[in-house]
Amino acid sequence: MIKVENLTKRFGETVAVNDVSFEVSRGDILGFLGPNGAGKTTTMKIITCYMEPDRGDVKIGELDIKNRSLEIRRMIGYLPENTPLYMDMGVVDYLLFISELRNIPKGKRIKRVREMVDVCKLGREIKKNIGELSKGYRQRVGLAQALIHDPEILVLDEPTSGLDPNQIMEIRDLIKNIGQEKTIIISTHILPEVTATCNRAIIIHNGKLVADGATEELIERSRGRSIFYTQLKGHREEIENKLQELISVENLKLVEETDGSFRYEILAPKAKNPSEDIFRLAVKNDWVLTELSQERASLEDVFHELTK
Amino acid sequence: MRNTIAIVKKEFRGYFSTPLAYVFLVAFLVITQWLVLKGYFLRGQADLRSFFSLIPIVFILFIPAVTMRLWAEERKQGTIETLMTSPVRDGEVIVGKFVGGWIFLALALVLTFALPILAKVTVKPEIGIDRGPIIGGYIGLFLLGGAYLAIGLFASSLLDSQIGAWIVGASICFLLYMIGDPFGLFSLPASLVPLFQYLSLSRHFENIGRGVIDFNDLLYYFSVIFFFLFMNACVLKNRK
Repeated sequence: MIKVENLTKRFGETVAVNDVSFEVSRGDILGFLGPNGAGKTTTMKIITCYMEPDRGDVKIGELDIKNRSLEIRRMIGYLPENTPLYMDMGVVDYLLFISELRNIPKGKRIKRVREMVDVCKLGREIKKNIGELSKGYRQRVGLAQALIHDPEILVLDEPTSGLDPNQIMEIRDLIKNIGQEKTIIISTHILPEVTATCNRAIIIHNGKLVADGATEELIERSRGRSIFYTQLKGHREEIENKLQELISVENLKLVEETDGSFRYEILAPKAKNPSEDIFRLAVKNDWVLTELSQERASLEDVFHELTK
Repeated sequence: MRNTIAIVKKEFRGYFSTPLAYVFLVAFLVITQWLVLKGYFLRGQADLRSFFSLIPIVFILFIPAVTMRLWAEERKQGTIETLMTSPVRDGEVIVGKFVGGWIFLALALVLTFALPILAKVTVKPEIGIDRGPIIGGYIGLFLLGGAYLAIGLFASSLLDSQIGAWIVGASICFLLYMIGDPFGLFSLPASLVPLFQYLSLSRHFENIGRGVIDFNDLLYYFSVIFFFLFMNACVLKNRK
């Protein structure tokens, strides 16, 4: 659906985006990750036709941003960074203005604004001026603005930055609900957000693409070896010797000892899972197995590793 | 066209969403009326010559103040992003902002109609009042103001700061108004004088103000407006 090809954008000496290519298919929720200043916002500005690239192209379906920019803009809903809004306009006036710009027929505008008020739960705040709203409500107005023409593609630049945890949850749920029928690109540097809402992620660092894949895939890939925890009751020496012999155990470390029960941290070699071996061993030697778990690598680790 | 109308409406209403517009209108009216009425009552003269010679100067300060926020504020708040990523052409937005300002200016001019009405009411019937210069004067002010607006809008697109935009806008207006002034022309080589006179905003205003509406003068004002709106479009394009 969205095809970004060799995108490059310079600002003077600095290269904000350097030869970035990726694709987004219909229905994807793509998490766009990277440290501040990595080039996320610039890439999004190019996709939404706010900026023109120095080199490279973006294609949305059959349309390219250079020649068919107006048609592309019709298909995209965009929430820019920091949710810019006209502070001295009323909420309804603003949404009516946007619906006019978005070519929603006159008779349908009020109805559409009402729908947006419902979807984005603007409720009783609609009578206020945007400048009087709290940050969370402004964010909702921003989302309403991006959704009002029912676009196929949504581009959201840090939609939850500066919100409190409750508001973040609400906005996230909102995005998830909307996301069922739309293609979404969402930039953030809050990683749990990506794990929570996105099915795909790309990581960009110093203007370059450093990772691209399904979120689980990325996590998997970053970890060469995995860590397991097990707690066993039995003879310490016997346990340690027998565990060491397993090929699926590379390193063994005692982490805790309580009343004859021992907890170990096990480092497994790449693509090996020792859980089954440990279980069989425990059964064979009549140890009591009280814990057997794998430490899940998080996107934080991936992110940290790739953007050091 | 539809998009332009949407922008015109939004911009025109935008002037009144802050107290600024009212302050401007009141200040503009108080200053102009005072300047005119002072002479009017002292001399008892029923012509508006002083009005039409003062307003172009007042406009140099007043109009860039009206336009200074139009782009600078959009950029500062970031709203320019939502605006320019909606399916509207740059030109539609520029013209919309310009026309919105022009309507606001027309409103300011209409509010000064009290002066010609006063002149008409108080003039001795046997002298009568010459309508030509008054109608011409108002048309001239509207066109001159349009040119100032286009300049101010262009200045606003150049700078992120409103005050900066106001200073640059007022300077360009002042320069273009003054280059036809005999005082400056005096020191120029004779061959350049007609060119400077032609380029000067004030010369054409004087022509129209006599009540003679010449196609050339209209063409001049529309060219100035078009030129600065076009430059505005170039600035927007360049920033992409």
